[in-house]
Amino acid sequence: MNTKRTNNMAGQRRPVTASRIARTLLVLGASMATPWALAVNSLPGGPAVNQIDLHPPASAIAADIQWLHVVMMVICVVIFIAVFGVMFYSMLKHRKSLGYKAANFHESVGVEIAWTVVPFIIVIGMGAMATRSVVAMKDTSNADLTIKATGYQWKWGYDYLKGEGEGIKFLSTLDLAQREMSNAGKPQGDNYLLKVDNPLVVPVDRKVRIVTTANDVIHAWMVPALGVKQDAIPGFVRDTWFRADKTGDFYGQCAELCGKEHAYMPIHVKVLSHGDYAKWVEGKLKEAAAAADDPSKQWQLDELVARGEKVYAANCAVCHRPDGKGAGPIKPLDGAAVVLDAEKAKQIAVLLNGQNNGAMPSWKQLSDTELAAVITYTKNHWSNKTGQLVQPSDVVAARK
Amino acid sequence: MSAVLDRPGDHLHDHDHGHPHGWRRWLFATNHKDIGTMYLLFSFTMLMVGGVLALAIRAELFQPGLQFVNPEMFNQFTTMHGLIMVFGAIMPAFVGFANWMIPLQIGAADMAFARMNNLSFWLLIPAALMLVGSFFMPGGAPAAGWTLYAPLTLQMGPSMDSSIFAIHLMGASSIMGSINIIVTVLNMRAPGMTLMKMPLFCWTWLITAYLLIAVMPVLAGAITMTLTDRHFGTSFFNPAGGGDPVMYQHIFWFFGHPEVYIMILPAFGIVSAIVPTFARKRLFGYTSMVYATASIAILSFIVWAHHMFTTGMPVTGQLFFMYATMLIAVPTGVKIFNWVATMWRGSMSFETPMLWAVGFIFVFTIGGFTGLILAMAPIDIQLQDTYYVVAHFHYVLVAGSLFAMFGGVYYWGPKWTGVMYSETRGKIHFWGSLIFFNITFFPMHFLGLAGMPRRYADYPMQFADFNMLVSIGGFGFGFMQVYFFLFVVLPMMRRQGEKAPQNPWEGAEGLEWELPSPAPWHTFESPPKLDASATRVIG
Repeated sequence: MNTKRTNNMAGQRRPVTASRIARTLLVLGASMATPWALAVNSLPGGPAVNQIDLHPPASAIAADIQWLHVVMMVICVVIFIAVFGVMFYSMLKHRKSLGYKAANFHESVGVEIAWTVVPFIIVIGMGAMATRSVVAMKDTSNADLTIKATGYQWKWGYDYLKGEGEGIKFLSTLDLAQREMSNAGKPQGDNYLLKVDNPLVVPVDRKVRIVTTANDVIHAWMVPALGVKQDAIPGFVRDTWFRADKTGDFYGQCAELCGKEHAYMPIHVKVLSHGDYAKWVEGKLKEAAAAADDPSKQWQLDELVARGEKVYAANCAVCHRPDGKGAGPIKPLDGAAVVLDAEKAKQIAVLLNGQNNGAMPSWKQLSDTELAAVITYTKNHWSNKTGQLVQPSDVVAARK
Repeated sequence: MSAVLDRPGDHLHDHDHGHPHGWRRWLFATNHKDIGTMYLLFSFTMLMVGGVLALAIRAELFQPGLQFVNPEMFNQFTTMHGLIMVFGAIMPAFVGFANWMIPLQIGAADMAFARMNNLSFWLLIPAALMLVGSFFMPGGAPAAGWTLYAPLTLQMGPSMDSSIFAIHLMGASSIMGSINIIVTVLNMRAPGMTLMKMPLFCWTWLITAYLLIAVMPVLAGAITMTLTDRHFGTSFFNPAGGGDPVMYQHIFWFFGHPEVYIMILPAFGIVSAIVPTFARKRLFGYTSMVYATASIAILSFIVWAHHMFTTGMPVTGQLFFMYATMLIAVPTGVKIFNWVATMWRGSMSFETPMLWAVGFIFVFTIGGFTGLILAMAPIDIQLQDTYYVVAHFHYVLVAGSLFAMFGGVYYWGPKWTGVMYSETRGKIHFWGSLIFFNITFFPMHFLGLAGMPRRYADYPMQFADFNMLVSIGGFGFGFMQVYFFLFVVLPMMRRQGEKAPQNPWEGAEGLEWELPSPAPWHTFESPPKLDASATRVIG
């Protein structure tokens, strides 16, 4: 256009303006896209970039499910093409604009019976295909290892109940930096929102039974690559199982709406070879023995605060924020009356029993020392300088 | 509103000068057409409110990371989007269609209980205000999902209670509407209009009305128990007192599954009216359509626990609910086949209502197939609570119910308003909606297969590109509906456009086309005498 109208001022200006707009758009688009589009790769055992199918299976059950899905897709696509092939053929040919005259039929008992009976047989066949898998998925007997997964708002607790590693227990929480990135709107990393502090560790090629329950509301424990999803229901226990057929890391997320941090309680299963698993169990048991706290020990203020800082970061900072200011409906701790109160039993009671209908959950699953440490920490951090010291024995007394 | 809707020609047809004018005409409305209009406008308003919430959700999910709302607000948006769309938009819209069309189609003067009809509409207004107003209560709107699962509901603020009352009111409204429809259909048909000659829309609504009466009280029970758990120390669903959260799900889905058919059966009725008209050929397999509708309704009572495969049911439970669910594919398939057979060797033309009907059949069937895939318990366990489920039910509720209703508006709109819509604008609305609908919801299948859970305010970055695409589609779909209101609905309400003839469709049959357009305020004041097929008035 501008070659024809070079004398026209507007014509001269237009290409400049246009290229400027184009450049601005490009930069804008690039700046919008770069934060993640360039940065992310597929996560083995977790989601792949623009994945369009189920995860590559890592257990026989997951492989069964994938096979069933493929078969179902094929059957559905074939029926779809057949039915809509007929419909679109008819739409193209049987048009008034082509002068097509309408026929007069409006029922046919034979045809109607046929297209009732044939689909009936097809769906029963589909059901029959799936029946074996349904039965297999529910068979949690003869497990080599039984682990209880407890859903908390908003983390998972794992207790090794039976089998190699019996007695190990720990909490698995989303890495705090992930939550910060989410809040800041600046996500990063292939395992964004999937990185936890302590993954669930299991041996390869062993039947692992997962017993689920929950502490507050319903959660769901899911790991797509292992073909497992089971609701964790407070007051009830349910179970499911998997046998991982390869080592590696597998990821899932909570799959039942459980409150505001629902998106921030991922599941990370680390599958190790038998040798590595035995080593991990040994290390973990030693660590537990070393860390076992004597609840009658009398602590100094500074060591209790130091311990409490860790407990706070692992359990409390998600809601009350690292600066203790809370957020929205979550109450601040910095300067809070119950924290500053000289009567320390008040704060101990809140931590043991929760309040506001569980908006502040009960933390009684933490050890006496951990509770004492975190209470002492909150009473002596930020602007809170009470100098008060809560000993584990105070918590022991309050539990009674 | 009345200035817009008052028909200039009313007095020509009306010999009854005693009826109220101005705002009284609407507040004290007992005329089925006025009440039908109010239902339709109400539900469109709620569609817009629910749509704004959906777009807020999509704006947040446009990129990973939190940009606009915190997770708590996000949960409030998803919850209220669901509640508003189900109870405020889809259900009342179908009642609006029923009010307008059932008396016209069966040759009745009005609905059987005209004053109850008024009450059942006006109950919706306080209900909607309480529901939407819950955003402004302390702690914000309920954030426990539209399914209101216990015990999460016990953690909600006072807005949970106002929403429970709102749902109670909407349930009462639905039950009254249903009683009205059942009595009207069973008792007020013109002589000669036997049940098996009745238009299929009346049939589907008759069956739907029975479903509503059967299940709305069940929902009322579930949410009342939630209310007493919250405030009066009972423990129906509260595990802390020995209650069972899974029992809540059983009761909820015993309502919830028939509810999804409540939202789709009348759509089947609308499509069964449109397809024969534009194929210029009688509906294929009328009798089997009636039986298929009844079978779907009956089966809907024995499949509820397929929403609960991951709660950990016993093997026999899973197998029973899996097989029962898959059986629903049979009568649903019969319907699809019947529509295709109706089109087969017809003399088709594709005005806007027919486009919506064909679009409905095509896209609804995709939702039907994903339903079949989800019915397989092992696959469902993999896909439960992921975006696959979100894709599935939007394919059946948006492309199903909503598309059929758009078809109905274009099909019967000329009868309601007396003017034709613009065919070009109707086609823009259809193609825009169809394309944006699929951009919005098709990629959700992939997200679900890849394991992205629903009701997530933020997600791993591998899901980013599809989410961006979905958000773009969502905004496009939203804008198409604004276009529909501004350029199709408003002009028709203002009587701008070509005057509609008594029967604008060459192939349309039925008593509504025996009346002038717009349909006068009073119709069939004395029962019409019908021909043998009960589609024409002969005296």
